[in-house]
Amino acid sequence: MMRALRLVVLAAGAVLVLFPFLFMISTSLKPQAEVFSAGLSMIPTHWSGWENYTKAFTRIPMGRILLNGLIVCAAIVAFQIVFALPAAYALAKLRFRGRELLFGIVLLGLLVPIHAISIPLYAAARTLGLLNTLAVLIVPFTLSVFAIFLFRQFIKAIPDDLILAARSDGLSEAAIVWRIILPNAWPAASAFAIFSVVAHWNDLYWPLIAISKTQLATPPLGLLFFRAAEAGDDYGALMAATVVITAPLVLFFLFAQRLFIEGMTMTGLKG
Amino acid sequence: MSEVAIHLHGIAKAFGATRVLEGIDLAVAPGEFIALVGPSGCGKSTLLRIAAGLEPPDAGRVLLDGRDVTALRAADRDMAMVFQSYALYPHLTARQNMALPLVMRRLGGAERLPFARLLPRVRTKLAAIGAEVRAAAEMLKIAPLLERKPAQMSGGQRQRVALGRALVRHPRAFLMDEPLSNLDAALRVHMRSEIVDLHRRAGVVTLYVTHDQEEALGMADRIAVMLGGRILQVAAPDTIYRDPAHVEVARFIGSPRINLLPAMVNAGGGAEVGGQVMAARIAAPVGSQVRLGIRPEHLRLDPQAGPGRLPVRLERIEFLGAEALVHCTADGLAEGLIAKMPPTAAEPLRFHAELHAAADDEALLVFDAMGARVARHPAGAAAREPAHAGQPHAS
Repeated sequence: MMRALRLVVLAAGAVLVLFPFLFMISTSLKPQAEVFSAGLSMIPTHWSGWENYTKAFTRIPMGRILLNGLIVCAAIVAFQIVFALPAAYALAKLRFRGRELLFGIVLLGLLVPIHAISIPLYAAARTLGLLNTLAVLIVPFTLSVFAIFLFRQFIKAIPDDLILAARSDGLSEAAIVWRIILPNAWPAASAFAIFSVVAHWNDLYWPLIAISKTQLATPPLGLLFFRAAEAGDDYGALMAATVVITAPLVLFFLFAQRLFIEGMTMTGLKG
Repeated sequence: MSEVAIHLHGIAKAFGATRVLEGIDLAVAPGEFIALVGPSGCGKSTLLRIAAGLEPPDAGRVLLDGRDVTALRAADRDMAMVFQSYALYPHLTARQNMALPLVMRRLGGAERLPFARLLPRVRTKLAAIGAEVRAAAEMLKIAPLLERKPAQMSGGQRQRVALGRALVRHPRAFLMDEPLSNLDAALRVHMRSEIVDLHRRAGVVTLYVTHDQEEALGMADRIAVMLGGRILQVAAPDTIYRDPAHVEVARFIGSPRINLLPAMVNAGGGAEVGGQVMAARIAAPVGSQVRLGIRPEHLRLDPQAGPGRLPVRLERIEFLGAEALVHCTADGLAEGLIAKMPPTAAEPLRFHAELHAAADDEALLVFDAMGARVARHPAGAAAREPAHAGQPHAS
């Protein structure tokens, strides 16, 4: 009885959350006339998916835009992990003067939103001649205080003995980070990768400021260009483009989620 | 080759305001098995980590075969550490766990890259490492487990892999930090003899930290008893047991615990407990407080009163199969007394509520108020001087 109730509530929640997505997919398959018809029907009477998706791929360089998103997100995640993991290891496991102060600064960094520093960032990028390059989309995000914080908490839970064993086995501190900490912090790294990729794939704010060329657009910015250039009121095509740029993220999430759960069920270090 | 393999010299260490180690001196002979034993928090694990190079001492030096290695990092000291938690790398198989120290030592940075495996030189080295890992695995009887990860192994199996990881390196010393504490009782006893056997075969100096006095007595060539950041006594197990230099050594070593009776030195140099003179020829000032230590197996219980016999009340008799423990209390004693004897001797006592405790004079250990062993004046029989090894206790 309780179980049935729980299922009903969960199902209702799922429908509520999924409805906009279903509506997006439905609209992307409808001809324009049907989009603006009075009734609300999820199943199109005339299928014009082919036309809509063709438009989405031809009116803007969709392949290039998806590739931009991929490069930017992959580079950001890779750099974030490369920079944050050693920092987090030092904050979690090494004893040095000023460690708590440094960690305090990291926590303070969590409070600074990108919007607060976007003007200095823009000025710096302009001075360095980085505007309208892919680099400008990557560089400001390579150092993530959130990643440092998250990894630090995770590494703190790794037993000290493991690190002492590694040291007496002849591993340098760098080798400990990459050979011991990284494989064991994999759940944290994949959880963080989900956060990071979702945030940067969907980011419109910074690309809008730093990029003005369609060729360099990330997916959300590309969508904006698509609407501005072409489909002012062609909602079918617009939704088709939206489906195309959302799909990789959904697929990535499903894939990473499996990894993530695998990571979480990885048994403990001892016991 | 000097006669001392590991020499810890004046080691001191404090964590903040807490002084963990205060001037530790310990010399370990080549091939020796030394147990560092003491209650938790006595600094024994810290001392082991300082020897390993995992923790820098505040003062003092660590000498390895006569060479000062105090400034050397752990990797360069060539000592292998075994941890209570095993500290196996969870993401690596047993084989990889055991091979890692060799890989780190023998392969250069570039040779450890994944594609370097294709180079013949690297392949030869890896093959040699593989053979050594297999040999160590055979020795420890873990060859069938080599492809398993730590999570797929039992505690005993993990312990063996951890020993294997230390063994493959052919280190200059084994440093073991309570390696058996996480195992169940039966396995612990079994692994004890395996470690001793392993030590004999490898012939390598072993420093073995434990809080289990029985483990120390059974395994070590010599025992260093630590308390409050100091070594109270270093001696062979039987000396430590028979001839403790300090009351805390006597209290810590031996199970059941030694009986301690507060006494006062009378004009004749005897120790008076509850009006009974129980020991003679004590080299301590008249009127000073001493404690008499009597091992449970030396405590005799008699229904008859007599000179030198302390009246006690029988509490209960605990049968342990081959022997029995007789628990008693006495007026003016905070702790009860325990006598160990054959069950046949204990059985008749059960009908007496009042008993009288005594011990042979030569079985009595006398300690002064500070806990130091008090000498006995020679008289007729040869008096034993307590064996003071390591550092003399300052008091």
